[in-house]
Amino acid sequence: MTPTSSSELTAAPGGTPSAGPIAQNAVRPRRARAVGLTVLRKVGAAVVVLWGAATVAFFAQLALPGDRATTILNIRAGQAQARTPEELAQINQQYGLTRPVIVQYIDYLRGLVSGDFGTSYQQYRPVTVIIGEQLGSTLTLSLVAIAFAWLIMVVWVTLTAGRGPRLGGVGSTVDVVTAGLPAYWLGIILLLVFGLGLHWFPIISGTSPAGIVLPALTLAIPLAGFMAQSVRTEFERSLEQPFVLSARMRGMGEWGIRLRHVLRHAVIPAVTLSGWALGATLSGAVIVESIFSRPGIGSVLVSAVNSQDLPVVTGIVTLVAIVYVAANLIVDVVYTVIDPRLELT
Amino acid sequence: MTALGTPPVAATRAAALGTRLARAPWGLYLAIAFAALLLVAVVAPQALTTHLPTAIDYQAALRPPSLAHPFGTDESGRDLYTRVVWGARDSLTIGLGAAAVGVGLALILGTLAALGVKPVAVVVDRFVEIMFAFPALLLALLLIAIAGPSAATQVLAVGIGTAPGYARMIRGQILGARDSGYVEAATALGHSRWRIVRAHILPNALRPLVAVFALSVGQSIVWASSLSFLGLGVAPPASEWGALLDAGRQYLTTAWWLVVIPGLVIVAVALAATTIGRHIQARLEKGER
Repeated sequence: MTPTSSSELTAAPGGTPSAGPIAQNAVRPRRARAVGLTVLRKVGAAVVVLWGAATVAFFAQLALPGDRATTILNIRAGQAQARTPEELAQINQQYGLTRPVIVQYIDYLRGLVSGDFGTSYQQYRPVTVIIGEQLGSTLTLSLVAIAFAWLIMVVWVTLTAGRGPRLGGVGSTVDVVTAGLPAYWLGIILLLVFGLGLHWFPIISGTSPAGIVLPALTLAIPLAGFMAQSVRTEFERSLEQPFVLSARMRGMGEWGIRLRHVLRHAVIPAVTLSGWALGATLSGAVIVESIFSRPGIGSVLVSAVNSQDLPVVTGIVTLVAIVYVAANLIVDVVYTVIDPRLELT
Repeated sequence: MTALGTPPVAATRAAALGTRLARAPWGLYLAIAFAALLLVAVVAPQALTTHLPTAIDYQAALRPPSLAHPFGTDESGRDLYTRVVWGARDSLTIGLGAAAVGVGLALILGTLAALGVKPVAVVVDRFVEIMFAFPALLLALLLIAIAGPSAATQVLAVGIGTAPGYARMIRGQILGARDSGYVEAATALGHSRWRIVRAHILPNALRPLVAVFALSVGQSIVWASSLSFLGLGVAPPASEWGALLDAGRQYLTTAWWLVVIPGLVIVAVALAATTIGRHIQARLEKGER
């Protein structure tokens, strides 16, 4: 990380003695403005992506083959049969299907903005209510899984990175292999070993705290492997930095150096990945909830896909996209604000 | 690469790792040997098996792995090893098909986003960005909800689900090549835009595509079997590996081998594809230096 000319300009308090208070005051508002503009641009780009995602979701609902009112009735009945005009008229009325597509589209967008995701074809209830009942469970699973992944990754990398070719090789091989493990298989192995074999954890994950351990580990282990790959590279690079040498000369022990100096630099790529990790665990929940018979938006999604209940499917998919984009935006904005090297243009 | 999806920064890291993996060629030999075995299973499954995948024998139902049945038997007494071998054709066809759809689509989108005329490039770039906001598995599920579960939908769904990630990667590669010294030199020599694209940018930017494709086959097989596992892909009478997993789930408490072994085969295939892909990647990079 070599200092650039702009970093000297913007490196806030202290400054060089010659810069003095006047120069500093001149720089601060300019930096604030540059940061503000960059953040605004990023928010704008995220809004465009979300609008696009909503558009995709809307047209996905139109893409069901055949007459929509007939399809909705068939989905409800679970079988295809001829419908009377009266039945169709009622559905057309309820979902406003006879209006021009553009009107339906604008209505849909307006609904999304005010938190209305439409009505389920099958359950006769608003999609937001259906999602709302299940979201807490899935979100808890996601966050616990991310916390586990961090714990596993930090311990594993600190133990194995930069320890010579043999141990380091084992470490990085384990990273690659665990990152590639399919969630369904890992989940079943954990279930067989720790649930059915050792009886440490319940087989069916209910709402008890013990029930979340195996599902969360199923999501956490591949995630940890993935984060460990990037953190390991950074960790080994940091171990060769001058500040490590200087810490060694001050008599600091190997563990102290690793935990207090190196780790802090090495985890930065994993922080960058946290937005992605949230999206990955939310979508991985689809499989994990199915294995452990755990309630959540994942199991709702699978049954909605099975019954072609598209408002529920698009609602959940759009919601995950929103969470994913928002999380990435937050990471991005935080970086912009804390990075002193932001170009002043 | 992972069951969770490709994170945006995977390319460079995979490359760094590739060089590390390339130093241990035994892993590569193992992967190639396994790939050869798979090829035999696809072309002539009867050469590797003594039973038939549909041979029912209720006397031998739910037997654990033994000498007679190395992978055990299922609830109808069918030999699991035979079913796994015969299932290779379905699984690999779906995996290869999905990878072809995904990488092919990504190639078109990525090239347009990087080299198209201004309005087209901007629109395509935004479109890829929007599709990338959907995690691959969810995008695949959305398509299955519309088209209904089948083998063809599965191929398309996995291909389309993974395409945005690869499209971003290809766009990055092309932009990298476009801003390089040799393109600047060619421009200075007065070569036409089309000639520069054809002779300099595309060959350099698309060389890593072989590696990407190998990596994508492994990933596609994992995604496709995930869909079958959820009961949203090929239906259980077929012996596609994900379908075997789905069928074996209800016997999990009594017959662990029905799920563990097909899963292990999928993991092995994915690992082999990843190892081969990363080796190609490492070789290409060594050539560039």
